[in-house]
Amino acid sequence: MGVLTANAYLAVLVPLLASAAVGVFGRRSMQLSCWGALAGSVSVLAVGVACVLEPAGRRSVSLGWLASSSGELTIGWHADGLAAIMLVVVGVVASAVVVFSLGYMRRDPDPGRYFALIALFTASMSALVLADSLVTLFVGWELVGACSYLLIGFWYDKPSAADAARKAFIVTRVGDAGFMLGLAVLWGATGTLAIPEVLGRVAALPASTATVAALLLFAGAAGKSAQFPLHVWLPDAMEGPTPVSALIHAATMVAAGVFLVARMWPLFAASPAALQVVLVIGCVTALGAATIAVTQTDIKKVLAYSTISQLGFMFAALGSGAWVAAVFHLVTHAAFKSLLFLASGSVIHGSGTQDLRDMGGLWRKMPLTAGTWMVGVLALAGIPPLAGFFSKDAVIGAVMQRSVPAGAALVAASLLTGLYAFRATQLAFFGRWRGDVQDVAESPAVMTAPLLALAVAAAASGAAAGPVSRLLGAEAEPLSIPIAVMSVVAALIGCLIGSGVWGRDAGVENALPRWLERWWMAARSGYGIDDLYRRVVVRPVIGVAAISYVLVERVIIDGIVEGIGRATRRLGHGAAELQNGDPQRYAAWIAVGAIAAVAVTVWLGR
Amino acid sequence: MSGIVVACLLFSLGLYGVLTRREIVAVLASIEVMLGGATLLLVVLSSTYGTGAGTAAGANTAASGQAVALLLLAVVAAEAAVGLAVLVSLVRHGKTGVDDIQRVRG
Amino acid sequence: MTILLVLVAVPLAGAVVAWVGERMHEGSARWVALATTTVQGALTVMAMSTATVAGPAGSGGNGLVALDGLSGPLVSLTALLGIVCVLASWSTRRGPGAYFGLLLWLQAAVTAVFLAANILALYVAWEAVLIPMWFLIGVWGHEGRRHAAMKFFVYTFAGSALMLVGILVALRNGASASLGASAFAVASTAQPAVFWLLLAGLAVKIPVWPLHTWLPDAHVEAPTAGSIMLAGILLKMGGYGFIRVALPLAPEAATAAGPLLATLGVIGIVYGAVMALAQTDLKRLIAYSSVSHMGFVVLALAVGTPAALTAAVLVMVAHGVTSALLFLLAGALYDRTRTLEVARLGGLQRTIPAWGTAFLFGCLASLGLPGLAGFPGELLTFLEGFEAYGWWMVAVAVGVVLAGVYNLRAVRRVAHGPEVPAWKGLADLDWRERLAVGLLALPIVALGVWPSLVTSAASPVVAALVARMGR
Repeated sequence: MGVLTANAYLAVLVPLLASAAVGVFGRRSMQLSCWGALAGSVSVLAVGVACVLEPAGRRSVSLGWLASSSGELTIGWHADGLAAIMLVVVGVVASAVVVFSLGYMRRDPDPGRYFALIALFTASMSALVLADSLVTLFVGWELVGACSYLLIGFWYDKPSAADAARKAFIVTRVGDAGFMLGLAVLWGATGTLAIPEVLGRVAALPASTATVAALLLFAGAAGKSAQFPLHVWLPDAMEGPTPVSALIHAATMVAAGVFLVARMWPLFAASPAALQVVLVIGCVTALGAATIAVTQTDIKKVLAYSTISQLGFMFAALGSGAWVAAVFHLVTHAAFKSLLFLASGSVIHGSGTQDLRDMGGLWRKMPLTAGTWMVGVLALAGIPPLAGFFSKDAVIGAVMQRSVPAGAALVAASLLTGLYAFRATQLAFFGRWRGDVQDVAESPAVMTAPLLALAVAAAASGAAAGPVSRLLGAEAEPLSIPIAVMSVVAALIGCLIGSGVWGRDAGVENALPRWLERWWMAARSGYGIDDLYRRVVVRPVIGVAAISYVLVERVIIDGIVEGIGRATRRLGHGAAELQNGDPQRYAAWIAVGAIAAVAVTVWLGR
Repeated sequence: MSGIVVACLLFSLGLYGVLTRREIVAVLASIEVMLGGATLLLVVLSSTYGTGAGTAAGANTAASGQAVALLLLAVVAAEAAVGLAVLVSLVRHGKTGVDDIQRVRG
Repeated sequence: MTILLVLVAVPLAGAVVAWVGERMHEGSARWVALATTTVQGALTVMAMSTATVAGPAGSGGNGLVALDGLSGPLVSLTALLGIVCVLASWSTRRGPGAYFGLLLWLQAAVTAVFLAANILALYVAWEAVLIPMWFLIGVWGHEGRRHAAMKFFVYTFAGSALMLVGILVALRNGASASLGASAFAVASTAQPAVFWLLLAGLAVKIPVWPLHTWLPDAHVEAPTAGSIMLAGILLKMGGYGFIRVALPLAPEAATAAGPLLATLGVIGIVYGAVMALAQTDLKRLIAYSSVSHMGFVVLALAVGTPAALTAAVLVMVAHGVTSALLFLLAGALYDRTRTLEVARLGGLQRTIPAWGTAFLFGCLASLGLPGLAGFPGELLTFLEGFEAYGWWMVAVAVGVVLAGVYNLRAVRRVAHGPEVPAWKGLADLDWRERLAVGLLALPIVALGVWPSLVTSAASPVVAALVARMGR
């Protein structure tokens, strides 16, 4: 134990070495690569658990990395309570996902690359959460992004997957540009990027600087955590293998934005204006994404928008000042959302489709998957006594205290959560089977075992409120009964509508009333935001690049260069004309020259 | 004075010939005329304007112009020999016009 | 001390041996070149370990050559890329004797540039670089090689002619020819003239926007080894010369020129990235990405603090290995497909997986992924730039985003997507190409993880230099 807490870097080093080993040696062996990756994620879990159990053994180490004019950039690790919580989350989900992948990726020809990337991701994520300086954090931050890129595009010959991977990286990088500027602002203002020192000097910052820095960091967080308006990459990211979605795009990496704000909490707390922005963005995202989730037909896209929406809950909590509640929701969400993703992976694995319209009645064929899915869905909807209830209650309670309209928006989002959760449940597991494949069967034990493990976590992690608060050095908020009643009632209404409407007729969406249909289609396409970006950002940039290449580069800049070259050559040709070999012409020039020379001499000698 | 005028006229006449005649022989002849003009000018100027012309001490100076004129005659002879030799070889190739030798350039 | 002269002499001797050897025994030139560059690598390691690398500039020199922490990383880079170049041109058919001879001559000249401890020696070496490069592009290049070689030569020669004038003006105004510790600034009145004349030559080499248009042409038309040397080393001569010559001789003028240079650097970063976005030829794309990356160097030089100058060295070395890797891969691909037209490529990760993986790695390094070489230098430049020029760095951030866009676009269009039937059955990288990739990948990772490999050597030197300038 003490060894682990004192050497928390093992949570980075072991998965990293595992990744290298798997990448080099695990080329074709499924088992070998899986065990390698598992060793990595278990080591993360072990360090996390050790740090949770033995808070006194925390150690932080910082090394000089790069010297600069106003001090040294350091890298290092710092295993505090927040990092411990995140390590446990990462370790649990990663372990479950690795085991699940053994079944899910069974037929993939390239297991070495897959598991090496998973292990690399785990290492990067550990580096991110253990970071003691913003430089280390940014390194981990970018590396998890790169792993996400590589894993979304795991099946790179599929154009949609390759496109989705690129989009994910670039959209998050837009946020990261803000992050980098934020680093620069903090660097300029405090002269350090070591997190404890930065936070120690926050109080002395002018309010405007704090606000600017906080907002720039939030830009990075919004990109990573898929918050409006940078949320567009996450639904597309579902092109990756489903276990990857569970690990990266549900539980860990997308929560890094929440982690960042929590980590830099004193900075955000110093700027009410920045918190206001965080709150608004969080509420808009929570509600907007929930409405979109209701209309999706792809089971993974439902979950993707659900993730965006739930992350919006967390940011709303952060914006209300309840960062402990946000981290708590992060933990429970990681449990039930990774469960849901893995369950959907099991469904996709068994039924061969991810279109909800082609499913139905799966609970009879896949009872274990259906049972665990139900746990996940109820936890997501926030039905007591499952985990989501406690954390969501804490979030809504905190937001209500801060702003009633924002709280109301979240309650409405809770209602929609119940609605889309039970719509998806009805369409996938109940009713009659609408697919083509007939021999749908339960997934093998290697896939259902992680489901069961995560189901336990999703059911029980509500009890983590106390430990989480303690680790974060705060008192657990007592459950507020009115809020709890309100949110549960809202969620139940959603659940009932969802299961009622889609339980009666799975094809109800095909015959919507006219007013609803227009809205429905708009929501299904994500309100056309993708299209808007394509028209307003992507195409103009490409167009400007193409036009300026021709106009500015070729015609003007290179035109001048080549023009000077051509002019010189033409001048030379002109001069060469004089020397055309006609001696009489030469003689004439000599005569003219002589006369000119005489004339000049005479004129000068005057 | 008239000597100078004659010399200038001779030179100009030769120059005119060099610039306008299209046959190499004529051009060569015109060059000879120009050189003749120049030689004449040297002799006339040295005898008329040489410092101390007509004095014992100045004889040296006046004579130097004439010496240059003699040197010039030798150069003219050499030039004529070389020029005529080139001309002969050109004639062997059937080329006697100035235009024919334009490609002989550096 | 002697070993430094040997470092210049060995490739020169190798050049003669390769040239003569090929006449006596066909196919021997490349082995001679490989042996020479390997020996050169070993000697460089030896020189680096024996020299007082961390000492102030010029220590241990006899006035002709010297090795310090500023030139050390670049000499090492040259030695490394020398080996890579030989491996990359292993199958050169046309006149291999002359080809490898010129390559080694080039290596000797570049090494001499970085080792020169005397301003005139530096200038001679500087010009000696042009000749082999001109032949390499003009004879062994692709379709438009004549024009590209001429453009490269005349452009850079015009620049260095002005540089020579600058050197002469400096020498007449109180500068000593020695580049060592005894070098001191010229009289204030002469500084602007000296600085701008020197800059004319340096800026073309770096290249500073808008003097960059020779670069895409030369890179695209040059043979693989030529592109590697151009992007990997020749561009660095500009930045090196700036720190080694222009700054010490004309510090006041350099300070005065800071804002203008910084503006040009920032423009270069964004402009190069936008241009890279518009390219349809892979090599040209990489060439424009070089313009963008060298914009970081210009920006760092403009900021001029010791940390920024260190960052400039770091970016230069990082870009040296990264661009060399990308050009190596582009060349390897061209050898197989005879085209680098992006629209005709695709799905190569499936067709030639080792190539695809290496290309992906190179592009990730080029977009500045942390953990790989490009990141530390660019981050440090960014931070130092922000302190000096504040919110102008927003443009740099845009450039960073665009770097992601053009690199991943290239990966998407060349390596990802479905296999193209025309390229099925293409041979993957062979052992020597893999060796070359490995030789470049190793420093890319090492520098990304531990940039002190370069900075610990370079920063004392630039710090001493800046201190002497009295900034």
